[in-house]
Amino acid sequence: MGVVIIAEKCTGCKLCVASCPYAAIDMVANVATLNDKCTDCCACLDSCKVGAIVFEGTRRARETVDLSQFRDVWVVAEQRDAALLRVSRELLGKGRDLAGTRGHRLCSVLMGAGVRHLADDLFEHGADVVYLAEAEELERYRTGPYSRVLSELIVEHRPEIVIFGATTIGRDLAPRVANRIQTGLTADCTKLDVDPETGALLQTRPAFGGNIMATILCPRNRPQMATVRPGVMTLPERTPGRRGELIEKQVKLRKADLSTEIVKIVRGERRHVNLEEARVIVAGGRGLGGPENFALIEELAALLGGEVGASRAAVDSGWIDSSHQVGQTGKTVRPKLYIACGISGAIQHLAGMQSAELIVSVNKDPDAPIHRIADFAVAGDLKKVVPALIEELKSKAAGAAA
Amino acid sequence: MQFELTNEQKMIQEAARDFAQKEIAPVAAELDREEKFPAEIVKKLGELGFMGMTIPTEYGGGGMDTLSYVLAVEQVAKACASTAIIMSVNNSLVCYPLYEFGTEEQKKKYLPQLASGQKLGAFSLTEPNAGSDAGNQQTTAVLQGDNYVINGTKIFVTGGNMADYIIMTASTDKSKGSRGVTAFIVDTKWPGFKVGSLEHKLGIRAASTAELVLTDMKVPKENVLGTPGEGYKIALRALDGARVGVSAQALGIAQAAFEVAVRYSKQRQQFGKFISEFQAIQWMIADMAVSIEAARLLVYKSAFVKDTKKYFSKEAAMAKLFASEMASDVTSKAIQIHGGYGYTRDYPVERNYRDARITQIYEGTSEVQKLVIAATVLKEFAQ
Amino acid sequence: MRIIVPIKQVPNTNDVKIDPKTGTLIREGVDSIVNPEDLNAIEAALELRERLGGEVIALSMGPPQAADALKEVVAMGADEAYLLTDRALAGADTLATAYCLSRAITKLGDFDLIVCGRQAIDGDTAQVGPQMAEFLKVPQVTYACKLDVVEDSVVVERHLEDGFETVKARMPALVTVMREANRPRYPSMAGIRRACTEDVVHRWVATDFDAEPWRIGFDGSPTWVKRTFTPPPKAPGKRLEGTPRDVAKDLLKTFTEKNLL
Repeated sequence: MGVVIIAEKCTGCKLCVASCPYAAIDMVANVATLNDKCTDCCACLDSCKVGAIVFEGTRRARETVDLSQFRDVWVVAEQRDAALLRVSRELLGKGRDLAGTRGHRLCSVLMGAGVRHLADDLFEHGADVVYLAEAEELERYRTGPYSRVLSELIVEHRPEIVIFGATTIGRDLAPRVANRIQTGLTADCTKLDVDPETGALLQTRPAFGGNIMATILCPRNRPQMATVRPGVMTLPERTPGRRGELIEKQVKLRKADLSTEIVKIVRGERRHVNLEEARVIVAGGRGLGGPENFALIEELAALLGGEVGASRAAVDSGWIDSSHQVGQTGKTVRPKLYIACGISGAIQHLAGMQSAELIVSVNKDPDAPIHRIADFAVAGDLKKVVPALIEELKSKAAGAAA
Repeated sequence: MQFELTNEQKMIQEAARDFAQKEIAPVAAELDREEKFPAEIVKKLGELGFMGMTIPTEYGGGGMDTLSYVLAVEQVAKACASTAIIMSVNNSLVCYPLYEFGTEEQKKKYLPQLASGQKLGAFSLTEPNAGSDAGNQQTTAVLQGDNYVINGTKIFVTGGNMADYIIMTASTDKSKGSRGVTAFIVDTKWPGFKVGSLEHKLGIRAASTAELVLTDMKVPKENVLGTPGEGYKIALRALDGARVGVSAQALGIAQAAFEVAVRYSKQRQQFGKFISEFQAIQWMIADMAVSIEAARLLVYKSAFVKDTKKYFSKEAAMAKLFASEMASDVTSKAIQIHGGYGYTRDYPVERNYRDARITQIYEGTSEVQKLVIAATVLKEFAQ
Repeated sequence: MRIIVPIKQVPNTNDVKIDPKTGTLIREGVDSIVNPEDLNAIEAALELRERLGGEVIALSMGPPQAADALKEVVAMGADEAYLLTDRALAGADTLATAYCLSRAITKLGDFDLIVCGRQAIDGDTAQVGPQMAEFLKVPQVTYACKLDVVEDSVVVERHLEDGFETVKARMPALVTVMREANRPRYPSMAGIRRACTEDVVHRWVATDFDAEPWRIGFDGSPTWVKRTFTPPPKAPGKRLEGTPRDVAKDLLKTFTEKNLL
């Protein structure tokens, strides 16, 4: 039962050795041989070009994995330029709850170069253990090296739950790792609960542009892996001076892990509008009447420290670049505050922004659908309301400065 | 009887809808307001094969059937009636007669450029004193050696100021009346060709309407389309096809106004209710839905008959008559449902209403369609 | 260049409406479309083919009617199309889907590049791309807003939350593209004719691409959907009346209270 290597067929090419995430294949007398680390994950099956590796039995037979040998909740910390992302701290808050419910430890994985000092930050936000992997090749995120280190750590320590921030890095890394260790992964969760008895992770996420929610389970495999949207979980209180166990991981990479290189990296350049991460979005639509009125929207957004969004109508009219588009065909956003100016509220726009925490609508048509989902609806002319808001904000800022 | 579109027809309809909604609809109001000819859009339509849809592929056309063409015009008209008529003229009044009546050399020379949108075509029959009475051509073409020399004034030429080539009629023998009319393929770069004034119109404002002034314009003999004296017949045959195109245009305009009006009725509240809950509005919606559907059946049927290569003048005239009258009625009701807002330029139904009006006039007025229908019916009852 | 583009047919979630009375999803009359970012992937592949020669092969997994999606991309210019369609594939999660697509790609032979859309609008997971890359043991670059081929590598401008990075990956490689990458072309008449007159979509069942039965469909999926539900409606909003100044003052007060400034 399980993975079997047919010695007669093996040509000794060693491709399977490289494919195994568990280091469970040794070459014995030039023939691939399984050692006792094999978990029947089947990652090696596709690597064999001569069909010498087969899986015997059924899926059910494979599901004899003893789920109880997996424990602890892991948060994969994300750093950029040696600074910790806010979402990582948010995840520690959630991770603490989950670990508490299970009576397990909360662990965090920290990968990078010169990032050791961030371990204290992780401890102070709730981590009991930090696995630290430092290497020059890990300085900047690359799929190959990061997935190598993380999957090795998971195989070694067998966590029950692993969560990532649903960022451009987390969503690149998590699926690669989930596949390498052949377990389930749920993307963009907005809610996580754990069954205190079985450890089953209930992963809730939106689908159909937020029109429905789905709760996903990963019943037969461990670890259970999920990415979580930034800004969804509450930031935990920091406990200064709190410390835990720091475990260092030796980084050994393979040649195949290094098949990409970063040629250039540009931070902070407003090349692309960062609507997904924005706390505040001020958006304009057809009611602006023309591209020139986006100046008002931009000014308000700047005063609120937010980004500029737009409806499809405004983008299609060529008033603003499509990178600003919010909605079904544009971006799905979840800011704390969304101010919709001159947007009627077509269903496809609503799909992209209705989960904003606080929605303000300004539209002179009192029947505009946007008003119906707004927390504060202003049936007025945006060309008057927005300047008034700008003026109030400015005078408030001036008052605070004085 | 089969009411289901083929896969190919569905794909063309979808492609046309997608292009029209994404590329044309967002700018349609501006094109109308500024009376701006949609040259860029027409070029793109040509690249995709929409400017010579029924022309066989060996001449650079789309090789599609007439129903596919009708489906595409309908979708384009839903977004912008002006673009739809430019498309219809190039397909029905330029490419089609060239293919049907042109010599092999003419087809090889002109069709690939016209069907691919690299060059734009126009059709010029109407004159100040030859409207419904189109056989009464005052423009003359006199044979001198190897050339015809054309003199006269043509009017109401859709895209006449933008076209590269024009199918133009002139009298080569006034004594023969309409049987003395000859059709020519005219290159607008030739000396003696001049664009006169442009009309300012109620609707289809983005489709320019030009006056053409011809002064001793020399046209080589080989540019006669068909045979001398066959021009009026060619024009009528082309107009039969164009009526199918215009009926599809009317259908698209009406469908656009209808959809906007229905949506509006479900958003607008008066007396504490959505106006769609009032029977007065429901009756209008029902009437609009029925007449659009009836027109659609006539229009698609006329396209079908045309493809069977049977005589289709009656079907084309019926489709055009009914669809154009329907479009004026439906767009008017759409404004009514909108109330005061519908009368403003903030809502597209105002443009739809203005655009619909022309469909009762060009490619033969409603009255002319009735003459055609009656004449055919009476002939059918001949002893 | 041999480029594979996996695509997905999805319901047009733009058309998805919620029944205001029951709060459930109305799925009738919702068209099926090619996932929008998959069209960007096709466009990127076609542009590379136009510049460097080669072929673009579209691949999809789904019910028989997903052939329509493949026909659409053939009408745009894809050279070949394969549909993995088999009842045994139903219920697949991202891992089982990625497994099938990768097996089919292996069956199709050598390739230089796989281009995918970043994510599908019905699920928004963005997982199938990277999971395929892992199955095929090739490097991946996700969130591409620009890509180019230079010698034996693909050079990708990769979108980040706070900027962008340029990543070079040795081919064969897998890239997922965002809608910012390009403007997908429209199907042409010639393309539509080709998509309809030839039997362009090759249909494969699980055994045609040597899929192992225990790794496909529901059985091969580690994740299961426990339940779906509609999110609870929000509390009704409030209308703000008065002069623009009054309204502005009201709003500012709320923003301050909610610590939004």
